[in-house]
Amino acid sequence: MKVVIVGAGVVGSSIARVLSQYEGLEIHLLEKNADAGMGVSKANTAIIHPGHEDDPDKYPLRAKLCVKGNRLWYQWTKELSIPAKWPGELMVAVEEEDMKVAEHYLELAQRNGVPGVRLVDHDELLQLEPNVNPNAAGALWAPTAGLMSSPMAAPALVENAVENGVRFHPETEVTGIKIEKGEVKGVETNRGFIEADLIINAAGLYADKISAMAGIDYFTIHPRKGEYYVFDDDAEPKVTRIVHQTPTPITKGVYVITEMNNGLMIGPTAQDLPEEAKEDTSTTKEGLEFVWEWAQKLVRELPPRNRVIRTFAGLRPEPPDGRWIIDAYDDPWGFINAAGIRSPGLTSAPAIAHYIVEELIQGKLDIKLTRKSHWNPYRRVFWFKTLPEEKQEELIKQNPAYGRVICMCRTITEGDILDIIGRMKKMGIRTISLDGIKMRSGVMSGTCQGSYCRIRLANIIARETGIPLWKVTQKGEGTEYGIGDIKVLLREEVKENAE
Amino acid sequence: MQNEYDVVVIGGGPAGLAAAIKSKELGLNVLLIENREFLGGIPIQCVHPGFGLHYFREDLTGTEFIHRILKKFLDMGIEYHTNAHVTEIIPHSYRHKILKVVTDKGILKLMAKAVIYATGARERHMFEIGITGHRVAGIYTAGEAQTMMDIYGIMPGKEIVIVGSGDVGLIMARRFTLEGAHVKAVIELMPYPGGLTRNIVQCLEDFGIPLYLSHAVTRVEGKKRVEKVIITKVDENLRPVPGTEEELECDTVVLAAGLVPYLKVIEKAGVIIDPATKGPVVNSYLETSVPGIFVAGNALVINDLVDYVVEQGEEAAMGAYEFVRNGGLPALRWRKLVKGRNVRLLVPHYVSDTKDVMIYARVKKPEENVKVRFPEIGKEIRLPFVKPSEMIRIKLRKTDIAKAGDKITMEVVPNE
Repeated sequence: MKVVIVGAGVVGSSIARVLSQYEGLEIHLLEKNADAGMGVSKANTAIIHPGHEDDPDKYPLRAKLCVKGNRLWYQWTKELSIPAKWPGELMVAVEEEDMKVAEHYLELAQRNGVPGVRLVDHDELLQLEPNVNPNAAGALWAPTAGLMSSPMAAPALVENAVENGVRFHPETEVTGIKIEKGEVKGVETNRGFIEADLIINAAGLYADKISAMAGIDYFTIHPRKGEYYVFDDDAEPKVTRIVHQTPTPITKGVYVITEMNNGLMIGPTAQDLPEEAKEDTSTTKEGLEFVWEWAQKLVRELPPRNRVIRTFAGLRPEPPDGRWIIDAYDDPWGFINAAGIRSPGLTSAPAIAHYIVEELIQGKLDIKLTRKSHWNPYRRVFWFKTLPEEKQEELIKQNPAYGRVICMCRTITEGDILDIIGRMKKMGIRTISLDGIKMRSGVMSGTCQGSYCRIRLANIIARETGIPLWKVTQKGEGTEYGIGDIKVLLREEVKENAE
Repeated sequence: MQNEYDVVVIGGGPAGLAAAIKSKELGLNVLLIENREFLGGIPIQCVHPGFGLHYFREDLTGTEFIHRILKKFLDMGIEYHTNAHVTEIIPHSYRHKILKVVTDKGILKLMAKAVIYATGARERHMFEIGITGHRVAGIYTAGEAQTMMDIYGIMPGKEIVIVGSGDVGLIMARRFTLEGAHVKAVIELMPYPGGLTRNIVQCLEDFGIPLYLSHAVTRVEGKKRVEKVIITKVDENLRPVPGTEEELECDTVVLAAGLVPYLKVIEKAGVIIDPATKGPVVNSYLETSVPGIFVAGNALVINDLVDYVVEQGEEAAMGAYEFVRNGGLPALRWRKLVKGRNVRLLVPHYVSDTKDVMIYARVKKPEENVKVRFPEIGKEIRLPFVKPSEMIRIKLRKTDIAKAGDKITMEVVPNE
């Protein structure tokens, strides 16, 4: 049986990984960008939510799959060497009356079966989080909340899926879906036709377009923008927990976290954009001001503003009424939607994948699948900087590239980068891009934001892929590092003058 | 391999090379460590003139300047490692520091009596100067663009907007123009240019490049690569004035928005930082608050001229020599240098009357017909003008320093 998955974000990649555990499937994972996870999956708060924020009557799938996804990530991040930590989450009641809201979420935690959730008073709140607003009344404490390196997730999932037989097709954009006699037959792409008996739509912001190609066009996906600040890794004070506030009807408020590179991060906003703004990941003065203002209410103190090293914005795919569209259809048979996967989508991705494979493919569509006898759940990665010194010494002897530190802010070596490039080539990446390496390593994300290391990284990519330095891209075609060799403009001028 | 040195110099640019040469001349056993694959630092990529007027009394390009110094360094047979990165400096005892160095030949554990930190500066990037908008291709710091063009021979873009009119920004405006690019504007936040007057004339005016004073780039727009920037007038408090937004189409944004000393490793070793210079607090031997760790060049304070950088490298070497010879600097009565009227930054922070001291300062705002005054020692120097972009460099005689009590104030006052 042939399966095409459209979109290698964290949802599509998770589905690919789960499906790769079964025999007899030819799985094609299609991605329009140069790399996996370059869209929605890359830019978010990276929280592994506990699962007490969704009302199970209103959002049954969100409520169920979030709790399950939280557990699965605990295992998956270990199996795939995705950096993660589990600091727990405080929903802070800034005012006394907000405690009523916290109580409501305690009730949801009970109904959704979220372990360990309880109310804490002012004193315990300050013990759990010394940098919280000292006037806060109390909080709802959810100890199972985690944080992960979200940019690393989709690339890691795809790498592991490819290891288990999945075929990854980057820079492959679906332009049409072929349906015959009410059954899907395959997808048209910029690289030709790919046959399929099952098509799973995990196209993120564009899932409405893909779904419409299959004739299922009753919904549209709106982008919802979230803007963030990231501070330098030595900017103080930080927070030890994931901190946010009790939601109000107007806003869910912002989060304050210490992200995986150990810098404080604050955000996001939640700004609804028109349907056509699906590429608008620009930051705005107003959005960033909003984040700053709300974060300040939440904590005792933020680091000075001049310690900010990055601002960014991500888009979330917002379905009508906030309801995920996860379903298999009779007409056309073989088409499955995983569309509108807004928050808690990152958390739930592994559970969504299991739900689709177990309850939709094997259940609703009644397709019998058999597990492989050998399936490799592991993707083993190490970082030079985290190894003990004897190991580092040994590694440099084997490969001197490990002794060349390319990124000084995060201590990433040429050896680390060569390992990544090797993995990217192996998983089928056509364009080894600067951002592709950044997502997998954190290079260019430190204090200097690439002003020192980007050219060094570009040189390594040029050498390893045999292209001119200026042709190395930030993230695929149209984002080249330069425009040509140094004399390119003068040559053009001479040519024009001659004509 | 030997692993004990009198001095380990970190950084193979002008400050580090000068420090290593001077250390060797003074008879110290010295090792230099450089992170990149070649020595020379930033001047290698500076193909424009204006280097060496003080030090060699000749007008050289940066490349020529650094090659003279580099030749001397190599001729002296000073030991060095390239592709070597110091990950840690641990003050082991008053007299010794342990350095962990990752190199492509293995990990070195070095014992040094003194360390001279000469790692230069990093460039401020778009997120530090409040630019919002799209994070697309075509945005470079000036130094990165210069490395691309004059080390690796590639062209960053065609239609250029430069942010910042410091010397780096001005020189890059000319450099881009000479290669056939169209520099549409240089945007300066302050009401006056940030660079040396000679560079305003030779880099902008000679090529008819417009300079927008009291303007900021507030936003970058583009789908994959830069397509335009939004510029805005700013008021006297440097805040954008609503309604003054203007669009400039371009494919490239070059950020020359200033340099910051890059000090990660010695900050971890406990060195105290001056918020004004963003470099370490030092005494007149250029020793930091951690005994035996010296600092020179742009890691100490952002300099205008490489000549000063070399001078500081040599000064730090002489400090290291005193430290090594005596097992520490002598016990001294230090006078604090205090910033008075219209003085924004001042190094060193402490001076003593054991030797003459070169001091480096910058003013807060431009003024004409002023005097620089040190009231406690009765010293006065008249200057036709001062401006933030031009560093003031004055030698204080030890006999003058001896006249002061516990502090010496430097102030810039109108000349009545």
